[in-house]
Amino acid sequence: MFDKLSDRLERITDRLKSRGRINEADLNEALAEIRSALLEADVELGVTTTLLQGVREQCADLERSKSLSPGQQVVKAVHEQLRAALGGDSFKISYASRPPTVVLLAGLQGVGKTTTAAKLARWFKEQGRNPLLVAVDLQRPAAVEQLRVLGEQISVPVFSDPSSPTEATRLGLEEAKRLGRDVVIIDTAGRLAIDEALMDEVNAISVTSKPDYSFLVVDAMSGQDAAHSAKLFHDRLNIDGVIMTKLDGDARGGAALSVKSVVGRPIVFGSTGEKLDEFDLFHPDRMADRILGMGDILSLIEQAERQMDSAVAERSAARLLSGEFTLDDFLAQLQQVRKMGSLGGLMRLMPGVTREMRDAANGIDDGQINRVEAVVKSMTAGERNDPNSIDGSRRTRIAKGSGTSVQEVNQLLKQFKEMQKMMKSMSSGGMPSIPGLGGGIGGALRARKALAGAEGTDLASLQEMMGQKSLPTAAQPRKTQPGKKKKKGGRVTPPKQR
Amino acid sequence: MNPYILIIVVLLGLLVGAGIALSLRRRSSVASSGAGVLEADGKGASELLEPAEPKIQEAAEESAREVASLPAALKPTKSAFGALRERFGSGPITQEALELLEASLLRADVGLATTQRILAAAAERIATRSASLDEVLATAQAVVLEVLGDRDRSLSSSAPEGLIPVWLMVGVNGVGKTTTSGKLAAGAVAQGKSVVLAAGDTFRAAAADQLALWAERTGAELVRGAEGADPSSTVFDAVARAKARSADLVIADTAGRLHTKVNLVEELRKIRRVADREPGHVAEVLLVLDATTGQNGLVQAAQFTEAVGVTGVVLTKLDGAAKGGIVVAIEEQLGIAVKLVGLGEGLEDLQPFDPADFARELFSSSS
Repeated sequence: MFDKLSDRLERITDRLKSRGRINEADLNEALAEIRSALLEADVELGVTTTLLQGVREQCADLERSKSLSPGQQVVKAVHEQLRAALGGDSFKISYASRPPTVVLLAGLQGVGKTTTAAKLARWFKEQGRNPLLVAVDLQRPAAVEQLRVLGEQISVPVFSDPSSPTEATRLGLEEAKRLGRDVVIIDTAGRLAIDEALMDEVNAISVTSKPDYSFLVVDAMSGQDAAHSAKLFHDRLNIDGVIMTKLDGDARGGAALSVKSVVGRPIVFGSTGEKLDEFDLFHPDRMADRILGMGDILSLIEQAERQMDSAVAERSAARLLSGEFTLDDFLAQLQQVRKMGSLGGLMRLMPGVTREMRDAANGIDDGQINRVEAVVKSMTAGERNDPNSIDGSRRTRIAKGSGTSVQEVNQLLKQFKEMQKMMKSMSSGGMPSIPGLGGGIGGALRARKALAGAEGTDLASLQEMMGQKSLPTAAQPRKTQPGKKKKKGGRVTPPKQR
Repeated sequence: MNPYILIIVVLLGLLVGAGIALSLRRRSSVASSGAGVLEADGKGASELLEPAEPKIQEAAEESAREVASLPAALKPTKSAFGALRERFGSGPITQEALELLEASLLRADVGLATTQRILAAAAERIATRSASLDEVLATAQAVVLEVLGDRDRSLSSSAPEGLIPVWLMVGVNGVGKTTTSGKLAAGAVAQGKSVVLAAGDTFRAAAADQLALWAERTGAELVRGAEGADPSSTVFDAVARAKARSADLVIADTAGRLHTKVNLVEELRKIRRVADREPGHVAEVLLVLDATTGQNGLVQAAQFTEAVGVTGVVLTKLDGAAKGGIVVAIEEQLGIAVKLVGLGEGLEDLQPFDPADFARELFSSSS
């Protein structure tokens, strides 16, 4: 569903292209589309309404723009409102003058507080601190044990006491002082925001511990009620910041916007996986794109990086550029890509990809990948190295061995040949001959080469080189980059290792 | 064969290769959480993402702040409906009232598409005459009830002769699979059945310990493997144990997993296959869904069904303020029945799903 908004808006902007000023009816239509997108993204209803009001006001006096169509101006306004709502000053932890710095974690059941507590501890350790984890979830069976196991994994001590949450808190702080730990992270039990008794309890824990930071942990797939429960927690605990979890899913994450709007405190961290290192500072700009359902290329890359073998990917890319790409490389690539998740889903996440490609990608499922893989696997090593040697009888054998048809084998080989030709011509700086695909591949190649050759390339340049469009660019000419000449004799310099 | 498949695979490989290099570079520089990264010099496509003029920025910030002080935005569904009742009583319906009706459903996470369909159907039925608010409410409720329909909401524990029925608990992280497994065991034991609990979550720290406590509380037998062990073999062992002891039922807990993780979904498929092998027979695949989940719940249901064939939904944490309206969309679009609802963390806090109660709750007003 990631491409839906872009597609829908493209249709509107296409119609609005010819008009100079945006009129009321057009604005209403565009806003209705955006409202749909925001609600589908789980942005709370009231927050959505207010956001759109802001957009409407911002668009009220839209001047005729030289480069942007009216539709694009509306989208731009939405984007700005969203980023403003999500962003703000970057968060900096200031440590207590008298240690320890106390951090309290609170939230509903199942959002990931315990895992987050461990991740935070690890993060503080990386900052050079000595944290102590205090487990005061005495409600959930084995919750303390869970935190102990995690603590062991990161070599952070864990303290608990079975008496009561407030007593455990108190004793935990004493333990921190005794051990000379300068950060204390308190993991509390998940609780319903509407449960008065439990909210009294977490308030008591807060009063006992006097936290320097109270973080509300929120699940990225939360729906409409996220704002309401956040407000209730905020009323009791005076939240300093929010931590979003499970961002590695495909939920659009509108809860982030709802919660931030209601609580008025920054979203500080984002958790992007079950492993303890999958934890980072929150990126409001990326979240804005995600909520609007637009591609977020960096998340895609980071996701892929985690699941792919980066060495293999780098090697394949280098070989492709130098024209040495064989079917073996393709096979390795295929197996890697498969690990990344549904191809259709991935393609939809990639801006700069044409509509035809996206539609084509939508039609590709695991079954198709399996077939292609089977064909290549049925070839001998020699055949993979030199596809030209595959004559009719070999093709028949391959088809039989892979359970596919000779037709499919022919198709694959033909495509591979064409692709090799295309790679060769693009490597030497020419333009690809297959229409519609040039943007994506050409851009990717240029980006790759630029990265290998130049230092200090930033995301913006990369995106630009790949022709990334987050928003429909009907009125904009695409900027082209001069192609770099391929180095004679070969290999592209690999970038420095981490 | 798809003509683009080759290109697409290669393209992705290239991009990842490029991207990996880029992200390696970014890691070594200071990563700010601000919008700085996208603030280009205004070249190319980045022009549209330029930082806003200061005054627009201020206005945006003001709007965002205003939201926090708008009480109407934060009232739970119930009160919004209370307001409706107060204003109109049982008089004729107006556009504004219909909008409040829509708001109730949206705030219940029913989702825009399903909400519109429900309201359209309700409007159709009352179009011919001016209706009172009570009538509109009743009609909308009836429509929801129809959508939920007459489905088989019973839990099946039947199995072919000689085979042990297995209930497989699946779902994303944190929804309450382990707690629900425990509650189900309690219920079955109370009915006089002998239950084997399989600690199929071999990933999460202390997950087996958590289930062990439930086994203790309920009198069910626990089968667990080493942490990090293959979950399929743990489930296999549990089924074997059940057969050896002539137990009546195996309830297999699994690790929470996002449906977007291909390898984890593959693992789940394998678990199901193994559980369905003699002497086991998968009688239910229960998707545990958190009532606070938004529209992603529908995606979860679709994906898990595609992977392992979900036979029913357990809607948990319904004792909170969230209504779990996404199940209406799940029932409507996927035809999967909600079989149980979770209403707390205790042993007995699991009840059969009652469509009429649920439909009423979606529209109910607070005291």
